[in-house]
Amino acid sequence: MTLDPSYLDYAHRRQGMDHDLYPWSNLFAREPIAWPENRQVLTWIVIDLEWFPITPSDTPFRAPGHMQTAYPDYRHYTSRDYGNRVGIYRLLDALAKVGAKVSVAANATLAARYPALIADVVAAGHEIIAHSTDMNGTIASGLPEDEERALIAESLDGIAQAAGTRPTGWLSIARSQSFNTPALLAQAGLTYMCDWVNDDLPYRMTTPSGPILNLPLNHELSDRQILNVQQQSMASYRQQMQDAYAWLSNEAKTHGGRMLTLNLTPYITGLPYRMAEFERLLGWLAEQAGHGFATGAQIAAAVAPQLD
Amino acid sequence: MREGEADPGLYDYRPYRDRPRIEWPDGKTVAVWVSPNLEFYELDPPANPHRKSWAKPHPDVVGYAHRDYANRVGHWRMADVMSKHGFPGSVSLSVALCQHVPDVVADANARGWEFFSHGIYNTRYSYGMDEAQERAIIEDSIRTVRDATGQTIKGWLAPALTHTTRTLDLIAEYGLSYTCDLYHDDQPMPVATRAGQLISMPYSLEVNDHYGFFIYNMSPREYARTLIEQYERLAAEGAQSGTVMCIPLHSYLIGQPHRIGPFEDVLRHIAADGRAWITRSGDIADHFLTHYPERARGAA
Repeated sequence: MTLDPSYLDYAHRRQGMDHDLYPWSNLFAREPIAWPENRQVLTWIVIDLEWFPITPSDTPFRAPGHMQTAYPDYRHYTSRDYGNRVGIYRLLDALAKVGAKVSVAANATLAARYPALIADVVAAGHEIIAHSTDMNGTIASGLPEDEERALIAESLDGIAQAAGTRPTGWLSIARSQSFNTPALLAQAGLTYMCDWVNDDLPYRMTTPSGPILNLPLNHELSDRQILNVQQQSMASYRQQMQDAYAWLSNEAKTHGGRMLTLNLTPYITGLPYRMAEFERLLGWLAEQAGHGFATGAQIAAAVAPQLD
Repeated sequence: MREGEADPGLYDYRPYRDRPRIEWPDGKTVAVWVSPNLEFYELDPPANPHRKSWAKPHPDVVGYAHRDYANRVGHWRMADVMSKHGFPGSVSLSVALCQHVPDVVADANARGWEFFSHGIYNTRYSYGMDEAQERAIIEDSIRTVRDATGQTIKGWLAPALTHTTRTLDLIAEYGLSYTCDLYHDDQPMPVATRAGQLISMPYSLEVNDHYGFFIYNMSPREYARTLIEQYERLAAEGAQSGTVMCIPLHSYLIGQPHRIGPFEDVLRHIAADGRAWITRSGDIADHFLTHYPERARGAA
């Protein structure tokens, strides 16, 4: 099939990006970011709390980790719920040992179903951010704008009700957005989102409904990517995070504060055979000079006044 | 190529054993070239009926943002490590990057890197192009790189590795000397074309960082070990007749914080070894064409 002549038209071929959400920027040419207490590297841990209905939806797409066998898929329904019953408590205990406060990205339906878990997360001093309704609440082009707006509102209301505080951060399922998402999140009053993985530090986006911060939650460093997709060992994961930390802390000496982002899934990292290496990683991080753990809200608050 | 035939007729069969000797400058046994892909991907490109641009409906936020990381973060980290250890880049360039992010192109040019074309965008594919359209992207590439860097491109790596039956003939006709799209050898080889003279420059899919991390699912340290094994074998074999090792990179992959440290160890190892001619693809092509002109002719 031959191509239409318009295939060689390049309407957005100009200096800068091919969209208006944010300008291009070189990390190494920016004003250095200073973290509270002169920390050099902040580790931002985001733990996903997800409830997968045993009746999966493919509209607009099926979430990663969702049901795979013919109905009823007890195998995946229960092993995902294992994370919410057992794995998360192992992670919470490990975090408590090193005094780390984290962001917990929770489905609103999960928060309503498991109030005891939400209460334990809040009591431990962690931040709860919004992460859609349940794991059928995926977002992509094709989802009508009014439905997406309602999904975001339902997610925020559900967390506010369960946690007693309205969330200021948002993580989409699979970090997947429509063209409308940044504006709808800004319109909903959110301070930050985590979906755009194009940087090592937060930056501000401009939407028709006002600005919103993007805190890039590195998907390449996530437990899902390294342990599930690439099928590497927990010992290798721990080594990779230490290598990442070593590089970032070295850069921080000359270029200002850096951020190490760990996106964790309780049904992946929270398994018995993986916990020793995870605790070893947390302990190693905690003893590094100039290191601190921080929540997304703390990072957003620290960085916002320093951005143009 | 011979369109429609079972053998495309790109080159003659030449067994690895008992080949005439290739000598690289200063008695080096392996020519090592590092090939960063400096690319621009579009958020909402037009559809090509032969290949989808993104796995998801536009916007594919993770796919796009991951690649955008290259121009904001990865390039600068990767380029500094390369310069520190004396490795120039031979850039596979989405030439529209000259318009979108001229700072990255200027930085590479200032470091003494060579540019060859990797199409206009890595989200525009050659599949389905007629001859006039394909000539237009070749002419656009030559003009855009010359305007932005003063360099005249010598090589081609098809955009997202999408070819037509006439690509190799056309780039030879426009005076380019090498293609990176053929993977049949570890030494430069003549390529059959309608006119002009073209050689195949050994590139590599197998040790491309994309293959390492997403086809073979290697950890950063496993990938580094792989590159050193590749280097050691080609450096040893090159004592008989000079070999070529290419390290194709994407800075949104190799420039991630967990990967750049192990990769720096590879560059340190090769730089210290002494057997490597650390150079650029165009310099390899020039050396081969100057010293072995008879071996650059006579394909198919």
